[in-house]
Amino acid sequence: MKNDKTQNTSTDNSPFGEARGTLDINAYLDQDEKKDLLRLLTAGSVDDGKSTLIGRLLFDSKKIYEDQLSALERDSKRVGHAGEEIDYALLLDGLKAEREQGITIDVAYRYFSTNKRKFIIADTPGHTQYTRNMVTGASTANLAIILIDATKGVITQTRRHTFLVSLLGIKHVVLAVNKMDLVNYDQKVFDEIVADYKSFITQLDVPDVNFIPIAALKGENVVEPTTLMPWYHGPSMLEFLESVHISSDRNFDDMRFPVQYVLRPDLDFRGFSARVASGIIRKGEKIMVLPSRKTSRIKEIITYDGNLDEAFPPQSVTITLEDEIDISRGDMIVYPDNLPRIERHFEANLVWMDEMPMDPNMQLFLKHANNTTRVKFDKIQYKVDVNTLQKSSIDHFELNEIGRVVLTTNKAIFFDPYKKNRSTGSFILIDPMTNNTVAVGMIIDKLSADDLPSKIVDDKTLEANKSRIHKGECLISDAQRQKRFNQNPATLWITGLHGSGKNELAFTLEKEMFDAGATVVLLDGSSIRSGLSNELDFSPTDRAEHLRRVAHISKLLNDQGIITICSFISPDENIRKQVIQIIGEDRFKLIHMDATMEFCKKNKPELYEKFEEGLIANLPGADLQFAAPENPTLMLKPENRATNTKTIMEYLADHKIFPIV
Amino acid sequence: MTEYSLSHLKELEAEAIHIIREVAAEFENPVMLYSIGKDSSVMVRLAEKAFYPGKVPFPLMHIDSKWKFKEMVEFRDNYARENNWNLIVHSNMAAFEAGVGPFTHGSKVHTDVMKTQALLEGLGKYKFDAAFGGARRDEEKSRAKERIFSFRDKFHQWDPKNQRPELWDIYNARVHKGESIRVFPISNWTELDIWQYVRLEKIPIVPLYFAKERPIVNVDGNLIMVDDERMPKEIAEKAEMKMVRFRTLGCYPLTGAVESEADTIEKIVEEMMTVTVSERTTRVIDFDQDGSMEQKKREGYF
Repeated sequence: MKNDKTQNTSTDNSPFGEARGTLDINAYLDQDEKKDLLRLLTAGSVDDGKSTLIGRLLFDSKKIYEDQLSALERDSKRVGHAGEEIDYALLLDGLKAEREQGITIDVAYRYFSTNKRKFIIADTPGHTQYTRNMVTGASTANLAIILIDATKGVITQTRRHTFLVSLLGIKHVVLAVNKMDLVNYDQKVFDEIVADYKSFITQLDVPDVNFIPIAALKGENVVEPTTLMPWYHGPSMLEFLESVHISSDRNFDDMRFPVQYVLRPDLDFRGFSARVASGIIRKGEKIMVLPSRKTSRIKEIITYDGNLDEAFPPQSVTITLEDEIDISRGDMIVYPDNLPRIERHFEANLVWMDEMPMDPNMQLFLKHANNTTRVKFDKIQYKVDVNTLQKSSIDHFELNEIGRVVLTTNKAIFFDPYKKNRSTGSFILIDPMTNNTVAVGMIIDKLSADDLPSKIVDDKTLEANKSRIHKGECLISDAQRQKRFNQNPATLWITGLHGSGKNELAFTLEKEMFDAGATVVLLDGSSIRSGLSNELDFSPTDRAEHLRRVAHISKLLNDQGIITICSFISPDENIRKQVIQIIGEDRFKLIHMDATMEFCKKNKPELYEKFEEGLIANLPGADLQFAAPENPTLMLKPENRATNTKTIMEYLADHKIFPIV
Repeated sequence: MTEYSLSHLKELEAEAIHIIREVAAEFENPVMLYSIGKDSSVMVRLAEKAFYPGKVPFPLMHIDSKWKFKEMVEFRDNYARENNWNLIVHSNMAAFEAGVGPFTHGSKVHTDVMKTQALLEGLGKYKFDAAFGGARRDEEKSRAKERIFSFRDKFHQWDPKNQRPELWDIYNARVHKGESIRVFPISNWTELDIWQYVRLEKIPIVPLYFAKERPIVNVDGNLIMVDDERMPKEIAEKAEMKMVRFRTLGCYPLTGAVESEADTIEKIVEEMMTVTVSERTTRVIDFDQDGSMEQKKREGYF
């Protein structure tokens, strides 16, 4: 050890600090227990002195034990790059392969602590596969140290690292201007680099940017404040790391509890376990469960160490609710007045992580907030060059490429924009064949209506659409409606005498179809006559006009993909022909409820009695002729009321009216 | 104003509980590997916390090399019984009956047969698709890059070049049939965190961690305890009583003690912070060449 400073600082900064001589271990442990945790990322290459800086932070905070040190001295003589000095970088290398190549190939996690804080460093290399590694390290970091070589200034790599740090939403950046010893600790050099970097970082979204001049190899301004740069009045690197305020970085506003595990130790207890993703969850508060939108109140917030009145991120807790609601993993518990986005379509920044290039037509799994669903790419908006930030259009991504995409999931997911909420705005994509994590993403937001996948079209289609709208042509195709409703539109026209039981059939059929998932509308005489046809009477002319109106309504509904059930006497062949003409023969299905006059009279005695008494006229089957249809689609008997709807449902299924699949 | 902030230990605890629950939710048949050491004891407590007030939905499995300290075995059985754990103890019985042991076959063969092979055998026998381990990233250089969800092929092998990216706290738990995942919920804990947690949570640990007079032989600079009559007479004869404790626990002939007066957790921590000898150097199997742990990991050992 050549450097005197090293020895001094390692003693002064021992975990016991000043108290070392008269150590009270209990007091130390009690204090240690209360420290918080800072996760930081270091970006830069070995050439920038990154490993040396980390080595110093670890070494000088006494994490490196004596035997590792003696092994280090041995190693330094063999493969070291630092001449006679200890090569701190060697402390950090893990895998054999990277040692031999002299570069790091992955993210390594390092741990050290001081009197004030615990630290986890995600150490990511500057060279090979930098994007993939940096993105990984940055995903969990509160803060990033970006190293810069004072002799080189802001270079392409600096911009690249800064872009990735901002993409991953890190709120605190420290630009460590290293190797100040090589520029004679000159303020001018430092100031120029700061100005240069500032002009670049304003384009990006990083709220807190700091600048610290250091000389890592000499230990200058790393742990102890600088003595060689009197012009610098800020904190040393370690002082800064110890004091930067991070606890308000989390989102405490939007309560999101993405259910991770349903705890059912016995029939009486039903708990929902998760990490609080954001916001504060409070006992007694009214909540809503997504996707069911059922509401209840938080009964208890349970932990092994006792129940809580409130829980906050990143606590892992179990909650129970006042009401018994069916909730499973992947559901999200939120406050009813603060909902996340509930969408299938959204836009995201994507980083391709896999050696295998993206196949834009492939369906992948998306894992997000304890929810896994299938997902497909609708569109690649553009790719960003991480060095120049230039956007360009491409048709697929390769390893380490970044860009903006539009995605559609199979089921709706519950998210917030990543910028607002790291936990509910992030996702990974998994290839179902290899099971590899092939890409990771940060959600920008839901799509505006204009950007929905069905509307993602080129300019030519857009022009064509315009002219179709002009002509009143619909932009939704029958096939699209067919797919949405899983049915082919039809008019189920039920005819029969008063009292034949056609209304009962119509209403039970509607219910049964609705329950089976059909999109169906019922039109019957009394509902149409009470409004739309209320000026019409029961004379043959008015009856014809009434049914003309009904037929047009039914046609409009059929055109929208909807099945209608029309229950009307429609007593003669002429009227029915007129109806068929409007609706179209293909869609018109005539169901004849074939009842005898005796049956009808028994079923609706008051009506037929009124006729007998001469109180009403124009009653089909009595003074008005009722012509039974010659070739109805289905002929049913009221006596078979138990099986009639089943007969119709079978017919619909057989003829692919409903369901199609 | 209340500040919503967790201490580092509470944050690490919340992270570990999240990981443990994720495995229980995503895998059909997980198991928690239990080494009886302090790290395992912490991990087991975290599992109990994760599913409180319910019971932990997976068993513990101890790979018994048949050369563990007697006190370890006793502690294991008591702990499992008192805390109502489903405990599986698995040994390579064929090799044991053939007489494999560290004195006769050397540490390398013994470790390979009675630990690595026995572990693979145990995992295969019960068809576990996920196995929790108590490894920490700060323990050894090659572990600094280990994932929390560490993917193993159907031969239980670890390929350092083929590990999945791990971002945020979203873990890819998808495996094909026969493949498995080793999960390390306390990856981000340091040795001090473990001791601190043991202290705060009053987690019971094997008494061997605390200093006591024990019969000790100095074998090539390693302080080896005479734990049973299987130690060759010519070595056991040289034993003398020494005040020692163990920093790590394993097979008694392969685990060196350190001379110490530390008989409480506080004293252990104090000693740990002032006498700076890294933890694993007292475990004999590490006296191989560089990268030895990586080699063992590739073969399926933790």
